[in-house]
Amino acid sequence: MPLPPALILAALPQRLMHLSPVDLIIVTLYFVAVLGIGFYLKRFTKTGEDFFLAGREMTAWIAGLSFVAANLGSLELMGWAAAAYQYGILATHWYWIGAIPAMLFLGIVMMPFYYISKTHSVPGYLRLRFGEPARLLSAITFGVMTVLMSGINMYSMALVMRIILGWDIHFSIWVSSVTVAIYVFAGGLLSAIFNEVLQFVLIWLGALLISIIGLIETGGWDGMVARIHQNFPGHDYTHLWSTLGSFSANPMGIEWTGIVLGLGWVISFGYWTTDFLVVQRVLAAKDLRAAKMAPIIGASFKMLVPFIVILPGLLALAVLPEKLTGEAQALATGTHSYNEVLPLMLARYCGPGLLGLGITALIAGFMSGMAGNVSAFSTVWTYDIYRPFRRKEATDAHYVSVGRWCTILGVLVSIGTAYLVMQFLSIMDYVQALFSFFIAPLFGTVILGMLWKRATPAGGFWGLLAGTLSSIGMWLWVKLDPSALRYIALSPQAKDMAENMYRALWSWIICVGVTVLVSLATRPKPDAELTGLVYGCTELPSEGHLPWTQRPIFWAGAVLVVFVILNVIFW
Amino acid sequence: MNRPGLISIWFFIGMLLLAYGILVLGAGLYDVFVPPADPVVLNKLHAGVWWGVLLIALGAFYALRFSPRKGKK
Repeated sequence: MPLPPALILAALPQRLMHLSPVDLIIVTLYFVAVLGIGFYLKRFTKTGEDFFLAGREMTAWIAGLSFVAANLGSLELMGWAAAAYQYGILATHWYWIGAIPAMLFLGIVMMPFYYISKTHSVPGYLRLRFGEPARLLSAITFGVMTVLMSGINMYSMALVMRIILGWDIHFSIWVSSVTVAIYVFAGGLLSAIFNEVLQFVLIWLGALLISIIGLIETGGWDGMVARIHQNFPGHDYTHLWSTLGSFSANPMGIEWTGIVLGLGWVISFGYWTTDFLVVQRVLAAKDLRAAKMAPIIGASFKMLVPFIVILPGLLALAVLPEKLTGEAQALATGTHSYNEVLPLMLARYCGPGLLGLGITALIAGFMSGMAGNVSAFSTVWTYDIYRPFRRKEATDAHYVSVGRWCTILGVLVSIGTAYLVMQFLSIMDYVQALFSFFIAPLFGTVILGMLWKRATPAGGFWGLLAGTLSSIGMWLWVKLDPSALRYIALSPQAKDMAENMYRALWSWIICVGVTVLVSLATRPKPDAELTGLVYGCTELPSEGHLPWTQRPIFWAGAVLVVFVILNVIFW
Repeated sequence: MNRPGLISIWFFIGMLLLAYGILVLGAGLYDVFVPPADPVVLNKLHAGVWWGVLLIALGAFYALRFSPRKGKK
C-alpha cells in the first residue's frame, strides 16, 4: 500500500547534497537563459503558424534534437537510471528496440503523409482521414493524458529536488512551471524548440561525466562487469537478449515476445509515431526532406542516450558500497532507493561547479518535457477542440491569443494535478496505465488510415473507441481480479511493466480488428478525397535527383545497421 | 531556420557554455589549490578543470561560429 505523502515527507532522509555558491550561480544562469530566449523570440511569433508550428522553418538538426529532447525529461533520466540498477542492461531496450525502429519508420513511411497533408496535429490528421468524431475522441484523450502526465512529472520532480537538495516542494513546482509557462507563452513552439535544443546539450554535458569517471574507476566495461558479478553473484545484469527466454530468467519478469511485440511494436510505434508531443517537433521542419531526416537524426542520438542514463545505473551496481532498495523499504530503513541512483552517482564524482551542471541537467530535462507537454496541449486544444467546436471563424491573431492562454491553462491544470497527486498518491499508479489506454489503439487507427485506403471513417472511429475501452476494461479486470494477469500478460509471474506491454498489444489488435470489420461493412471514401493522406492515393516526391548521401533512406539504413550491431554486441 | 534578424540557437548555447566553462574551470582550479576536506571519488583527476576547459572550447567555438555580428559583415 502506498504511504501517504505527508508520511513520506516526514520520513525523508537528510538531503543528499549541498550546492555551493558556484553551483547556485550555474542553476540561476540557466533560468535566466531560458527566460531570455523566450522573451527574445516573442517578436518572431506573430502568426498561428509561428506559435503552433514554429513557422515550419526548422532545420532537420534542430527538429531532430528537439524531437529527442521533448522525450528526455528528468524523470526519464532518473527513472531509467533507477531501472538500470534494478533490471540491469534490460532497461536499454526502451532506448533501442523500443525507439529506433519506430523513429525510422516515422521518418521514412509516415512523415510524408503528416507533412504533405499540412495538418497542425495528429488529431488534425484523423479529421482529414476519418472525420470529426475520430478527431474529437483523440484530441480529448490526448489533452487529458498530457496534462495529467505533466502534473505527475511536476510533482515527482519537486519530490526529487526535496530529496536531493532539500528544496521546498511548493517552491520547485511553482518556479519551474512558471518559468516554462512564461517562455512558451511568449514564443510558443519556437521558444519550446529553441530551449529544448539548449536543454539537450546541457543534459549531455551535465550527465556525461558520471559515465566517464565511473568507467575510469572500474577500469572500463570489463572491469565494471567483473565488479557487478562480484557484488551480485548469480545475477545477469549485463546481457540484453540472452536472459529473455523465459519470464523467470530475468529480473524484469518478461519474455522476448513482450519486448519485441509489446514494446518494440505497439508501445514504441504508438509513442514515437502518433504521440503529438514528439510528432509536433517534426511537423515544424522546413521541408519534407528535413521532416524525414529529423526522426533519423533523433534516432542516432537516442541510440547514445543509454551512455548517460543506463550506464550510470550499471556503474552504481559496480561501485556503490550500499545496496539500493525499493522506495518503501528505503523509507522504512532510512537507506537510499533505486530512484536516487543518479543523484548518488552525481554526488560521488562531481565537486562544486560540476554538481551545479548536473543539477541543471536534471532541471533542464524536467523543463524540456513539460514544455513539450504544454505546447502540444495548447495546439491540440486550440486547433482540435476550440476552433471546430467553439469558434470556427476567427482571425489568426485570435487563435494565437487562445493558444497563449491555453499554455497558462495547461500549466495551471498541471499544477492542480501535481497537488492532487500530493493528496492522493495512488493516482500515480493509475496514470502509468494511461499510455497503454490511449496511445496503443491510436497507433492502430493512424497506421491503418495511412496504409489502407479501404479504411472508412466509421471504421476509424469505432476501432479507436473499441481499442481504448478494451484497454481500460483489461486494466480494470486485473485490478478487480489479479488472477486475470495470466490471461492478459500470458503469465501470473508478469510484473507491471510486462502487463502494460501485453495490454497495449491486445488493445492494438482489437482496434485493428474492429477497424477492419467495420470498414468492410461500410462505404469507403472515394480515392480523390484521400489524396495526400493515404499510401496508394498520394504521389510522394521523388528523391532520385539527390546524391545518395543526402537521401533519408540511406541514413535510416546506416542507423539501422548500427542498431543491429549494438544489439549483437550486448546480446 | 533563416528568418532575418533571428539569432541562431547555437549562439545562445555557445554563450551559456562559455559562461559555464569559466565557472566550472574556476571552481576546479580552486579545488586544486585548496583541496576540499571531503573530496569526491577520484578527486585527483581534477575533472572540473578539464571539463571546464572543454566547455570553454565548445562555447567559444559556437559563440564565434554563430555570432550575429558575423552574419552582418
